[in-house]
Amino acid sequence: MSATLRSWEFTIFVLLIIVFIVNLFLSPDLFRIENLFDATLTFTEKSILTLPMALLIISGVIDISIASISAMSGVILGVCYRAGIAIGYATLIGLAVGLIAGSINGLIITKLRMPSIVVTLAMMLFYRGIGYILLGDTAVRDLPERFGLLGGAYSATFIPIQFLIFIVLAVVFGIILHRTKFGRLIYIVGNNENTARYSGVHVDRIRLILNAVTGLIAGLSGILLTSRIGSARPDIAQGNEMAVITIVLLGGVYIFGGRGSIIGVVIAALMLGYVHYGLSLLNIQEQVIRIFTGGLLIIALLIPTIAEKLRFREKPVGGG
Amino acid sequence: MNDIRLKSRLKEMVRRREFGIFIIIVVMTVVVGFRNPTFFTKDNWKDMLMYASILAFISIGQMITIVTGGIDLSVGSVVALSGMSVGIIMREYPVFHPVLLILLGTIFGLGCGLVNGLLIGKGKIHPLITTLATMSIYRGLVVVVSRSRWVVYGDITDGFRMIARGNTLGINNLMFSALIIAIVAYYFLNHTRKGREIFAFGDHKEAAQFVGINGVNINILVYTISGLLAGFGGVLWVSRVHTAQANTALGYEMQTIAACVIGGVSIFGGVGSVIGVLLGTLVFGIILNALELIGIVDFWKLSVQGFVILLAVIFDAVLSHRVMEQMRKRRRIFDAE
Repeated sequence: MSATLRSWEFTIFVLLIIVFIVNLFLSPDLFRIENLFDATLTFTEKSILTLPMALLIISGVIDISIASISAMSGVILGVCYRAGIAIGYATLIGLAVGLIAGSINGLIITKLRMPSIVVTLAMMLFYRGIGYILLGDTAVRDLPERFGLLGGAYSATFIPIQFLIFIVLAVVFGIILHRTKFGRLIYIVGNNENTARYSGVHVDRIRLILNAVTGLIAGLSGILLTSRIGSARPDIAQGNEMAVITIVLLGGVYIFGGRGSIIGVVIAALMLGYVHYGLSLLNIQEQVIRIFTGGLLIIALLIPTIAEKLRFREKPVGGG
Repeated sequence: MNDIRLKSRLKEMVRRREFGIFIIIVVMTVVVGFRNPTFFTKDNWKDMLMYASILAFISIGQMITIVTGGIDLSVGSVVALSGMSVGIIMREYPVFHPVLLILLGTIFGLGCGLVNGLLIGKGKIHPLITTLATMSIYRGLVVVVSRSRWVVYGDITDGFRMIARGNTLGINNLMFSALIIAIVAYYFLNHTRKGREIFAFGDHKEAAQFVGINGVNINILVYTISGLLAGFGGVLWVSRVHTAQANTALGYEMQTIAACVIGGVSIFGGVGSVIGVLLGTLVFGIILNALELIGIVDFWKLSVQGFVILLAVIFDAVLSHRVMEQMRKRRRIFDAE
């Protein structure tokens, strides 16, 4: 299994390089290291969300309310700031909102034993609606300049802070998933929930924690996005859940849980990010770009089925 | 054995639930009417029922996919794509007869649904993920086919406008088509072999396979039906609202799911009824209408929708837990004997 996984990661790494070369042809400016990193700005908000989402899907649940949580966190941050709360505290409140929203998802899913897809589908509307209830079709625009640094500033002159956050989080999540007991338990829970339960693994607790963390990172993602665009609005991050799930599945995480790795997800995030960047260089509209992401998602999911069919043909029936 | 009995208990629950929804509708009618007498006017009911009609038959398509244990998230995008394509064809060829346009829209929808069905049936991709992806793809295609030029009020021909305004046998066309589709769906699901196979497949996939039901074909069939109905709905939609835009019917899939869930369709598959979905649609239509009449701002709609879906789903889960608990207790008594 690990051999095929490794080869899958290699495949998408090759894809990443191809995308990269195509991009270089489209825009030779990408050669400059500043531009190389600047290009990441447009997709880091999504990329950081792929990390907890990967863990969540490996554990056998999913959260499609993440984009709504992002928007809600950003809006509440803006509303708090407008109400006179210092921006630092407002940011913390925004993060807390994400954490609480994720925990609510987790509690409903685990306590009531309900399918995560349906629960988070409803919560997707609910959280998105809260943003609209608070701000309507207005936006909080006069956020302080200091706050804008979070999404737009650079460290070491050319590396965006956002990208640094992504790298740090990727390392943290990688260590948690691949080097700790908790990480091993995530795989066990995702592989076979019942076996895990009978072996004394606290399935519900693990999933609750993962849901809460996903909410927290969704909050962070919303805050970074709010900071980058410079205003708190309820309609941000729409369709991000699709992009994030696409990246995670392209990265080799198995949709029914139990398989996947952080490195695959990171490569897929970079690859899809640069696909997005290249397409927007060609002046292609956002909604049309989603045709490509949707198509990529379907292709990524068809690969195992096709591979299985081919394998089945090669081997005599009953042999494998 | 126990599983079968559990399912029949669940079905009984659905039947009782339909009565419950009916009571809810009556109570809501009285309360909203009391708050705002405009609710009782003929025009208001006509408006609401015209809205609910399209929702009703697209929700029936949604229900058929949910009964198999799947879901179709792409219906909103299919409505937009079919509506936009037909709108453009009408703009370019105003001589086309409305019936031809309806046929074309339905065929577009059928095509979209067939793609979903093939990916899910033959490609073995999870329905939710498949339709999540095709939702984006079809929505993007709306922008592509329209070349960012929407179909506006002035483009709509009189004949096309009459699709939604006209009457058949004294009933508004939209309500008439919803009624006919509901009757056909009822007959198909309850009295034909294929219809029963869909339920059997949703009940228990392995068991269905053992008795020779072809799961691949069932999947292709149900998503094609759902797409076909959404495509038909798209034409009616544009005829009703007189415009087709990139964000036409955005988020509509949620409303169809809500109507199903309120109407007692089990998200675990195998359980659901056409009458339940019709009542669920009516509840949903009244809620949306009431929000407007009571003067609740548009911005609350999303959250209220989400909340209603969540309540309905939790209600379902708690009820089925209780039924299962009862079954378990009864089994223990049997064991003791």
